[in-house]
Amino acid sequence: MKERIGVYICHCGGNISDYVDVEEIGKMLKTDDGVVISKDVMFACADSNQKDMISDIKEYKLDAIVVASCSPKLHLHTFKNVAERAGLNPTNYVQVNIREQCSWPHSDKPREASVKAAGLIRAGIKRVAYSESLDNIEINVKKAVLVVGAGVSGMKAAIDLARLGNEVYLIETDYFVGGHITQTENLFTTGQNGKEIVSRLYAEIKSYNNITLFTGTSVEKVSGSLGNFAIDIRIKPRYINGKADLQAVQNAMNDCTVLVNDDFNFGFTKRKAIYKNYPEALPDVTVVNAEALKNEKEFLAKHASCLDLTQQDEILSLTAGSVLVTTGFDSYQPKEGEYGYKTFSNVVTLPELNRLIELNPDKLIFNNKPVKKIAFIYCVGNRQTKGENKYCSRQCCSSAINSSLQLADKYKGINAYHLFRDIRTYGKQELMYEKSSKQGDIYIRFDEKEPPVVEQNEKTLNIKVKDYLTSKKELEIEADLVVLVTGMVAREDSKQISEKFKIPIGTDKFFNEIHPKLKPVETVIKGVYIGGSCQGPKNISESVQSSLSAASKINALLKGGTVSLDPVIARVNNDACVWCGKCAEVCEYTAIKEIESGDKHIAAVNKAICTGCGICAPVCPTNAIEIAQFTDNEIESMIDGFMEKIDLKVREKESESTEEVSGVKMKEYPQLWKNILETMNGNKLTIPEISEKLEVDKDIITYHVMTMHKYNVVVTEGMDKKELYYYYKLKN
Amino acid sequence: MEKEVFSPKILVFSTDKISDPGIDQAGLRKIHYSPSVYTISLPCSSSIKPKWIMHAFEKGFDGVFIAADGHECSYSPKCAEYTNNIILDAQLLMKEKNISPKRIRMAAICSVCAEPFSNHMDNFGKILSELGKIDEDKQIAE
Repeated sequence: MKERIGVYICHCGGNISDYVDVEEIGKMLKTDDGVVISKDVMFACADSNQKDMISDIKEYKLDAIVVASCSPKLHLHTFKNVAERAGLNPTNYVQVNIREQCSWPHSDKPREASVKAAGLIRAGIKRVAYSESLDNIEINVKKAVLVVGAGVSGMKAAIDLARLGNEVYLIETDYFVGGHITQTENLFTTGQNGKEIVSRLYAEIKSYNNITLFTGTSVEKVSGSLGNFAIDIRIKPRYINGKADLQAVQNAMNDCTVLVNDDFNFGFTKRKAIYKNYPEALPDVTVVNAEALKNEKEFLAKHASCLDLTQQDEILSLTAGSVLVTTGFDSYQPKEGEYGYKTFSNVVTLPELNRLIELNPDKLIFNNKPVKKIAFIYCVGNRQTKGENKYCSRQCCSSAINSSLQLADKYKGINAYHLFRDIRTYGKQELMYEKSSKQGDIYIRFDEKEPPVVEQNEKTLNIKVKDYLTSKKELEIEADLVVLVTGMVAREDSKQISEKFKIPIGTDKFFNEIHPKLKPVETVIKGVYIGGSCQGPKNISESVQSSLSAASKINALLKGGTVSLDPVIARVNNDACVWCGKCAEVCEYTAIKEIESGDKHIAAVNKAICTGCGICAPVCPTNAIEIAQFTDNEIESMIDGFMEKIDLKVREKESESTEEVSGVKMKEYPQLWKNILETMNGNKLTIPEISEKLEVDKDIITYHVMTMHKYNVVVTEGMDKKELYYYYKLKN
Repeated sequence: MEKEVFSPKILVFSTDKISDPGIDQAGLRKIHYSPSVYTISLPCSSSIKPKWIMHAFEKGFDGVFIAADGHECSYSPKCAEYTNNIILDAQLLMKEKNISPKRIRMAAICSVCAEPFSNHMDNFGKILSELGKIDEDKQIAE
């Protein structure tokens, strides 16, 4: 039990004290059990008060403090710091929220607000009396990172992590690196070829000895936790003899007559059963399609020196301190019949069109017919108010317009129609939209409720669309090719990946970060980070930004070799535990394991994994598990504190207190108030003059002088309300 | 003698990351609710022990409101189910003491749910006013 408690109750410059009688409450609580000092302060967060608190803690040998002011979301860390600077363990401090949860919502009932505030603070005092000094949990971490997915995001992150001195294991499920961007020869807004970017990144990866790249590899099993993840990976064979002569492999490839659909080109072309995705694909090692060649006995015998179909999957174990998941996205695959997809041969998706553009250097030919008229239909599989994917993939508008510009550039006489719902070419990409409109592309807006209808004509496709901008007049467009501008969806295997790493999945099925603004690349699993488009639709530069931000977060985490974790986690009372397994059952993070202790079995908590959520606590039949800082004593004593009788003489009128404040309690004012009064020294000064003399920002002076004015600390002469208001208004 | 107006005492269990910011926002926007509402913030709504709920009734709270995370919970996708189990457990204990099961309530409160929170407090307050003070339940029990 803490017996030397300090209580600080904040006026918040009137935000609290206008409604809550903080002075009376301060006096009342002086006699509470364990309270050594109890005072009301003008601004608890002010530097001057922080200094006073530190000297109080030292002078009165306080062993715990309670600060009653605003929401802990604002100043929890401020006061944790104060405690720490004064040599007090930060876990012996309790924040009581008497502003957002008392003075403000109950500003209509000041008397009741005062009684409630007193109860809230008393609960805080009782709680802090039970507080324990908890030290952060120190964990040794291995300076190694597993990066899952070698698309542009993963490759960039791997390079930066390696440059900062971390061991990096980069794994890619495909046999070749680069992902989606290798399938596009012209990327907006730089016009670069995706393959070139990948080649450049690959060369950089090769230059680091501390990056190990595994292709054809997936995550098999994950165990361990932050600092020491044990990961088993499964490496698929390439069926090429590792010792084979390169020329022999090349000969086998030339000799191969078995053709299969080329997935890289969405089946528009055929490729040999010994292949690379594209000639420059990296790593520069061919792959054998074992399924297609298994019956070619003669061919296999001839090239037995380099082909080996007996090769098996290999499992390899790695240890990493942290994991970065950059598994990317899948392109939405339209359902059969959606805008005529798969029903009519001349309907393709945007990624498919991009392959066609690359495969046709001079003339755009599709299904042996030249293509002159192209119609793009936007928002396919996205922004479905009634469908599954309600979100906007936001890069598809730009991507489609970029392809349209490229068509005009590469081939002559192409007419492009864009049937859109809204054009979202944000940022610099707007210039592409302008260029496209100027070059004569026709934009027709349709409403989601009345989407275009694609029908087959004798020779071409016929699209009926109601033009939303010309009072829904129905237009008919003839097109040689219809391009469905498809958005991004979560990868098909994202569920398996999420299960392995325990990353939460959002309603959009992408991976969930902790907070989109404040913790954008962190997951609730300590040590597991996400980057790139596996967390939601992003264009290339946004993907790289997020994966690099994750890389720097990971580096900061692993840099020191140890990490310090919050001590607010579950703990087991070994005497009471009878091991029924219920706690382990509900733990999302598998942080609880059964161990032997003496002659019985009990639960043990892995400190590195436990998030302190407390879901295990209520399910325990013997009440043997609890969360530090949320113990029965702490919570029940708070309830007691709320309900104890409040003996408070609440002031009836506000004016009494404001008069009392003036001049008398100068020692409790912030230092700045003292400085302002000293500077003015009874003279007439305007806010800019004070600001100049004190070298303090005008806004701050205005705010403080207004508050001082409210409490009659500054004399009104030459400083009337209007003037102050004027300055305040001017700035805001 | 003037009749004292009964303002039911409500204990709210909120969650650090989601519902507590929602309740804070009610204050920030000066949306009023009854001053006899007291809040304890926890990491997750599935970490409330039925024992604590019983302690609150014992000490004189007229109702307990759980401002749950619902499907927004970042700890467990089953959070709503677990919290619901806690309420069922608590209601069994309440039955033993003859406390009306209506004195406990749960609703998902999001991080910007200021108005919904204040509405919940008003409605729950009305229900509890009809039920009367917690002592009345206890008296029947005795």
